[in-house]
Amino acid sequence: MAIDTSKVATSNSSAATPAKPGRAGAVATWADERLGLAGMAKKNLRKVFPDHWSFMLGEIALWSFVVLLLSGVFLTLWFTPSMSEIHYEGSYDQMRGIAMSEAMASTLGISFDVRGGLLMRQMHHWAAMLFIASMMIHLLRVFFTGAHRKPRELNWVIGSLLLLLGTLEGFTGYSLPDDLLSGTGVRAADGFMKSIPVVGSYMSFFLFGGEFPGDSIIPRLYIIHVLLIPGLLLALIAAHMLLLVYHKHTQWPGPGRTEENVVGFPMLPVYAAKAGGFFFIVFGVTALMGGLMQINPIWLYGPYDPSKVTAGSQPDWYMGWPDGALRIMPGWETHLFGNFTIAWNVFLPIIVLPGLMFTILMLLPFLEAWITGDKREHHLLQRPRNAPTRTALMVALMTFYGLLWMAGGNDIIAIKLNSSINTITYMLRFLVFVGPIIAFVITRRWCISLQRHDNEKLLHGYETGIIMRSPEGGYSEKHLPINPSAAYVLSARERDEVYTVEQETDENGIPAPASRAKALRAKLSTLWFADNVQAPTAAEIEAAHHHADHEHELQAALDGHAADGHQFDGHHSVEGDPLRGSDQH
Amino acid sequence: MRLLNRSAGRLSRHRRSRLAGLVLLLIGLLTTGGITYAVMPSSSAGDAQSNAVQVEEGRKLFLQGCSFCHGQNGEGITTINGDNYGPSLVGVGAAAVHFQVETGRMPLVQPGVQGQAKPETYSAEEVEQLAAYVASLGPGPARPDEAEWTTAGLTEEEREAAISRGGQIFLTNCTACHNFNGKGGAMPQGGYAPDLSNTEAVHIYEAMLTGPGQMDSFSNGNLSPEEKRDVIAYLYSLRDQPAYGGFSLGGLGPVSEGMFAWLLGIGGLVGFAVWIAAHTTRTKKKKVEA
Repeated sequence: MAIDTSKVATSNSSAATPAKPGRAGAVATWADERLGLAGMAKKNLRKVFPDHWSFMLGEIALWSFVVLLLSGVFLTLWFTPSMSEIHYEGSYDQMRGIAMSEAMASTLGISFDVRGGLLMRQMHHWAAMLFIASMMIHLLRVFFTGAHRKPRELNWVIGSLLLLLGTLEGFTGYSLPDDLLSGTGVRAADGFMKSIPVVGSYMSFFLFGGEFPGDSIIPRLYIIHVLLIPGLLLALIAAHMLLLVYHKHTQWPGPGRTEENVVGFPMLPVYAAKAGGFFFIVFGVTALMGGLMQINPIWLYGPYDPSKVTAGSQPDWYMGWPDGALRIMPGWETHLFGNFTIAWNVFLPIIVLPGLMFTILMLLPFLEAWITGDKREHHLLQRPRNAPTRTALMVALMTFYGLLWMAGGNDIIAIKLNSSINTITYMLRFLVFVGPIIAFVITRRWCISLQRHDNEKLLHGYETGIIMRSPEGGYSEKHLPINPSAAYVLSARERDEVYTVEQETDENGIPAPASRAKALRAKLSTLWFADNVQAPTAAEIEAAHHHADHEHELQAALDGHAADGHQFDGHHSVEGDPLRGSDQH
Repeated sequence: MRLLNRSAGRLSRHRRSRLAGLVLLLIGLLTTGGITYAVMPSSSAGDAQSNAVQVEEGRKLFLQGCSFCHGQNGEGITTINGDNYGPSLVGVGAAAVHFQVETGRMPLVQPGVQGQAKPETYSAEEVEQLAAYVASLGPGPARPDEAEWTTAGLTEEEREAAISRGGQIFLTNCTACHNFNGKGGAMPQGGYAPDLSNTEAVHIYEAMLTGPGQMDSFSNGNLSPEEKRDVIAYLYSLRDQPAYGGFSLGGLGPVSEGMFAWLLGIGGLVGFAVWIAAHTTRTKKKKVEA
């Protein structure tokens, strides 16, 4: 086969020789000869990532964590983690002369006497809110698209641990100023610990170094907040990202995208620019929020004093849902042996429930894999509608979370919507059980009808809005085929495989080992996929299109009698073919 | 005088104008002065007589507007279930009348959990007459005089001390219902502790003195007149100070902060993510143009 050389330049008279390396090249060579980074960089700088907005949600968390590290370092330069009592003599008039802990006084100092201090404090707090919120929306994206399936289950567990640690980091952080609100929160945490049967009071005394409040809780929370948890967070974030690189990013199905490849743009220059730019956007949004929106005005709360409390004493939003559970829990208590109390009203909602929910969260990928019996690797994402039960399960969990969240703000809802706090509380006691079930059923049926709609579009095309009248006088709407790339996205999904028990007994009639578990699994798998609509087979699509062609042939004979507007049926060009009568205008 | 000596550097547009306090004070002085002058008897002999006239006028108003619930002699009405249809007003004093009627809580629009503040129904003269009538039913707290809550006579240092003392009294006794910012909070069965951001000093004083609705009454033995003055001075100092740190987001604490973090913060950042992902690499764009 002859090679076409007409496009090759003919002016090159001599062989190419490498140019003398520039200064940057010399530095790079020097470093590479000592560190050996070139091999790794060569591979990873060109690493390909797929492009979709929903893949950037975790990045918000990463960048807000960077903002947290930067602003946090600034705050440590002035914050004094001490509970020694002093009299405030700073520049905030209303608190002057009031006795407070050094922690509170130094936080007031950061807010009013350190240049840029209040901005940094507020940026740190807003970034913390965004950090946890973005981890949660990232989690939802991963679950709704099926990115938690094999081989990424362990990364899901790491992500869940990051969410838990982020929450604890937030709690220890907002407790540090030792103001009225955070002190109330620490007092509540003390109560939560003491509600644990048998060991609770010992744990509380251990943490506080004696009876609440003592004088060691702030220094202890401080070192947990600035050293212990950030260290763990950094390590887990590193592991999370390394696994991301190792697994490669998931991608949406599309032409040319398979389970074996990743289609997208390379790290350099495209993603480095996109991600780097996004960091500045996250930083900018946080700075704007910190500069324009007041958060945690400790000067209004004043120093903590166990004899004081304020209306609207809520934790930050991420602790709102267990607080809501606590608020709607009936006041159940059991008294044993006359002097031993089990405070179910505290223990169940605030110790048992979050532990249970977190365990469910971590186990979700394993539960799903066990029920479906799916051992295959998955790198192509699923649309939420194509896994109706999974989508519905997460929506049910979200509904449960949202209702408890609402309960956590029951007093604010009551005053802002002019309703009774009692009514809200009684309604929510009922709704937290019923709401998730309703949400599950609605979401599941909704997904299935969306699947049906997708199949309609694949088999019969989209609705054109053109109404045809048949010779008999009947009316029908004309459908036209959707374009091939849309059809690809709709049809590029696997058919659900229901787990079935292969053989219950062997040839001698002996039940197979663990057959009972297998039978349960088969039953759950059937329920999991029940009523799902499967993507049509190629033969079905072929048959449907053939049927449509046949219809068009029948219509062709009627062309002479077509109603006005029929010329726009999409079967032929309409250029220079206006509606009859349109020239009269 | 304190109202004139406001601290500089206000940031929020949502607060009243610098001159509003002064104008309000002038209007108040002119109105009260005018009314006093108009109804002021020329001789001391007429004083008792004029009080009797006021009580009589007040009784007429009371019979017309209040007796349906409070009874024809202000003795209160009990329903057949033993509930209070309208409480007895014997001994509530003129201060209670002033507070309830001037803030529009009385007369009620309809029975409910608690009276709603609304534009007042009665003129200042009529309120005086009603108050005189109710005060005549039994001894009770009289309407406080401005001298009792003004900090005008204090030196700068004394005033500052009064404000920080008032803040501590407020945080100890009031924030549990009215919130740390005086923005109000929820009470059982649909009741609420109202937002204090625009309540006049005299009404704050009268509320502490008489304990309207579900509020405790802080008698002078409980909170001395000076302590009441300090609380008012603290609340006014919060109105005067700039909104440090930016928009206060309703001043309701972490719930509204969380809402803004989600709606503005996460909403905005997701919007930016969509924007970034929608802009693919430049090379492809040029190809399309070519």
